[in-house]
Amino acid sequence: MIGFSIAVGVFLILAILLLIFRLHTLMSVVKKSDEKVGSGSNKTNAMLFMVFLVLGFILLFWYSIKNFDVYQIPIASEHGVITDRLFWITMGITGVVFIITQILLFYFSYKYQHNPDRSALFFPENNKLEMIWTIVPAIVLTSLVVYGLVVWNKVMAPAPQNSEVVEILGYQFAWKVRYPGKDETLGAYDFRKVDATNEFGLDFSDRATYDDFTPRELHLPKGQPVEFRIRARDVLHSVFAPHFRLKMDAVPGMPTRFWFVPTKTTAEMRIETGNPDFNYEIACTEVCGRGHFSMRLLVVVEEPEAYEKWKSEQEPWLSKNPEYLTQVPDNLKEVAMIKSQIETTTLNRR
Amino acid sequence: MASTAVNEQLDDHIEDHAHEHHDNFITKYIFSTDHKTIAKQYLITGIFWAIIGGGMSLVFRLQLGFPEAQLEWLRPFLGKWITTSGKLDPEFYLALVTMHGTIMVFFVLTAGLSGTFSNYLIPLQIGARDMASGFMNMLSYWFFFVSSVVMFISLFIETGPASGGWVIYPPLSALPQAMSGSGLGMTLWLVSMALFIVSTLLGGINYITTIINLRTKGMSFAKLPLTIWAFFLTAVIGLLSFPVLLGAALLLIFDRSFGTSFYLSDIYIAGEALPNMGGSPILFQHLFWFLGHPEVYIVLLPALGITSEIIATNSRKPIFGYKAMIISMLGITVLSFVVWAHHMFVSGMNPFLGSIFMLLTLIIAVPSAVKVFNYLTTLWKGNIVFTPAMLFSIGLVSFFISGGLTGLFVGNSAIDIQLHDTYFIVAHFHLVMGSAAFFGMLAGIYHWFPKMFGRMMDSKLGYIHFWISFVGIYMVFFPMHYIGIAGFPRRYYSFTNFDAFSTFVDLNSFVSVAAILTFGAQFIFLFNFFYSIFRGKKAPANPWRSNTLEWTTPRNPGHGNWPGEIPSVHRWPYDYSKPGAKEDYIPQHIPLSETPESNLQHETRFVKEEKVSAKT
Repeated sequence: MIGFSIAVGVFLILAILLLIFRLHTLMSVVKKSDEKVGSGSNKTNAMLFMVFLVLGFILLFWYSIKNFDVYQIPIASEHGVITDRLFWITMGITGVVFIITQILLFYFSYKYQHNPDRSALFFPENNKLEMIWTIVPAIVLTSLVVYGLVVWNKVMAPAPQNSEVVEILGYQFAWKVRYPGKDETLGAYDFRKVDATNEFGLDFSDRATYDDFTPRELHLPKGQPVEFRIRARDVLHSVFAPHFRLKMDAVPGMPTRFWFVPTKTTAEMRIETGNPDFNYEIACTEVCGRGHFSMRLLVVVEEPEAYEKWKSEQEPWLSKNPEYLTQVPDNLKEVAMIKSQIETTTLNRR
Repeated sequence: MASTAVNEQLDDHIEDHAHEHHDNFITKYIFSTDHKTIAKQYLITGIFWAIIGGGMSLVFRLQLGFPEAQLEWLRPFLGKWITTSGKLDPEFYLALVTMHGTIMVFFVLTAGLSGTFSNYLIPLQIGARDMASGFMNMLSYWFFFVSSVVMFISLFIETGPASGGWVIYPPLSALPQAMSGSGLGMTLWLVSMALFIVSTLLGGINYITTIINLRTKGMSFAKLPLTIWAFFLTAVIGLLSFPVLLGAALLLIFDRSFGTSFYLSDIYIAGEALPNMGGSPILFQHLFWFLGHPEVYIVLLPALGITSEIIATNSRKPIFGYKAMIISMLGITVLSFVVWAHHMFVSGMNPFLGSIFMLLTLIIAVPSAVKVFNYLTTLWKGNIVFTPAMLFSIGLVSFFISGGLTGLFVGNSAIDIQLHDTYFIVAHFHLVMGSAAFFGMLAGIYHWFPKMFGRMMDSKLGYIHFWISFVGIYMVFFPMHYIGIAGFPRRYYSFTNFDAFSTFVDLNSFVSVAAILTFGAQFIFLFNFFYSIFRGKKAPANPWRSNTLEWTTPRNPGHGNWPGEIPSVHRWPYDYSKPGAKEDYIPQHIPLSETPESNLQHETRFVKEEKVSAKT
């Protein structure tokens, strides 16, 4: 019944609109207002452009200033400071161009609206003007390019030797992290060795794997360079940590990397943002299927001492899954047991 | 001149057969070889797709703006894609996003815009009887039609249409295990696109041939309207880039169906390791964007060409810097082929490549800037008549500025790290290419409707349509910049899983409401369009007092366009408000010898040549 009355209502409204439209058409035929150039509606449209310009700018500035802290999220990495500086410099330059060109566009439209007593200026070309607005943008753009190149090369430079290395593996639909353990070397992996438990496809013929550990959260030390080794095992994913200004695709078959220096601990960010529940997060930004919007990884940034303590408390993956010792070649069994801190007793118990 | 010879032959042909043509309904309206009919076919198909593509965006905007809302009422349309709890299925959300992109970019803004206006205007504005090959032209439309049918069918299959994003990056698009849309839906997508590419190539070859060979007497390249220059360069870009997409799609088809490993390597999915080794997903991205980036200009250049024409006509002023406009378009054409990898700064490709592509990308901003300044100078000291077409053209310039400037952010690799794949990108390309090209298309329809259908559209409705659309589009896409700077990723079904993306709930609702409003306003246009075809006021011969040749044809030009001889051309198309002239416009076919009062110094010398050639 409600559906029916809505339908009738819509029909009536449309009928009324149609009637108004017909009436207006007939009126304009009688008044011949369509045949005049630059009639009343020309003035109205010209005015509306000015109104749009003024209201648009008021709205733009009001919203941009009022909500600055909402969209400008805090920076928590060293390179984030310089990429954001570049961002805001570009914003300054383009902002000025934006304001000037939009004002000219709408002001000219208003100022030079049709007037039967006036005729337009025949002004087909002027090479000097063309040169000016070729060369000036070229110079401005060159400086942006040069600045951009400097920043880009700095951000993308090889990671320092002393970087903490962490592997991030993306799969449908979560992230897994792996630390190299005490030997500071990530062990080898092979996608053919992946199974429900061995999600990384750890290759146990490589002795570097034995002490690798895979915690549920990503912990990082403040003030030290960290290198993410990023890979995916099914489809494309992309590691995105908004507060660190960090993004890099995870590509099956082609490991990628991104290094940075976190500058604020989670605790410090909680104070800065005034949000006691603040947490760093990693999200996926390359569409990867049904659960694309839910690939959340929690990141904890700590003081270096706390970080080292946390690291020393982590159990190697192999010691949590000792049944994988069978995959270790016989001559390396002993090394594996020592490195992964598996005690014979635990094995026997199983 | 070869072109004249061909035209003369055609003239004879038409005179011989003028009274023998008895078109029946099928040859006149369906399998027509007349470029005007084919253009209208493209237009109507484009409008159909625009409604579907736009409608899809409303559904996913509902989800984004009102994540809590009950969408049970959509079940009659979407069936099982509404979950039992009355929500949109997340995978169908991705399908909607994907199909919205595909439809809008290819079917509406490539076929609907370029297909319509290249077909309609090229013969009329260069003074030709028809396209070089009417038959190929007809094939071009029917390939597009079949491609449309295949894509349309894919919307209704059980596993859903393709849903890996309009860029269809493998491995997601290659593996049916990865998502249901990568099954039959993806196959149909690839088939449809292959047909679409054939259609584009058939059309493009025709446009280029026609422009080079069939120009009327006197119509040198230096006298071509900017619309024709734009269509010409668009066709060249399409001809060079679309085959690469075909190649990319073909390799993807091999990977999907014949076990090859062009794009696949090291994959463990759905509980098993796949045998594929040695492929590279990055390869696909390179191939895709080798088309994908030029595609942006395939969409944009015709719109800019149309705008140049409309702004000059309605400012009653010559377009400022005709030569500079052509050089800019040439520059954009060439550069559009060497910037593709700026879509891939964080794809894992070598950062050094990133720096090269950043350099080239920012260079392409220079010709774009020149175009904007030239538009502004054309308006300066004009005598502007706000026809609906003019309003949409001014709107286009505004969008082109707003969206173009944000290109300087995302084209700068260091800034792009943060902005890549966020709503900032969505805002950027929807303004600069989506909305700008869409406005170009609407401007073109309003401007050439009188020629197409012999009747006028209602201008008041046009004004209302413009103002709601113009304000509405800014309300939809401007807020997305803020959302993007805050890092919100695109193609997200919902933002509730992340603390970082918990803000902007209100703004997202606002955007959705604005989108519904803007979409609603398009029905004003649809009414105006279809009503005016049948009941509009009869159009005068040259309603906008324009200079180009199409306005010298009869009100309803028949097959062959001009009943008698094709007019020859004596001047460039922008003699508006020439000092000394009686009227504020002098059409291209008026000889200089007839306008001694307004001829410029260098033109007086051509007057003699004209007289000599007239005698021979």
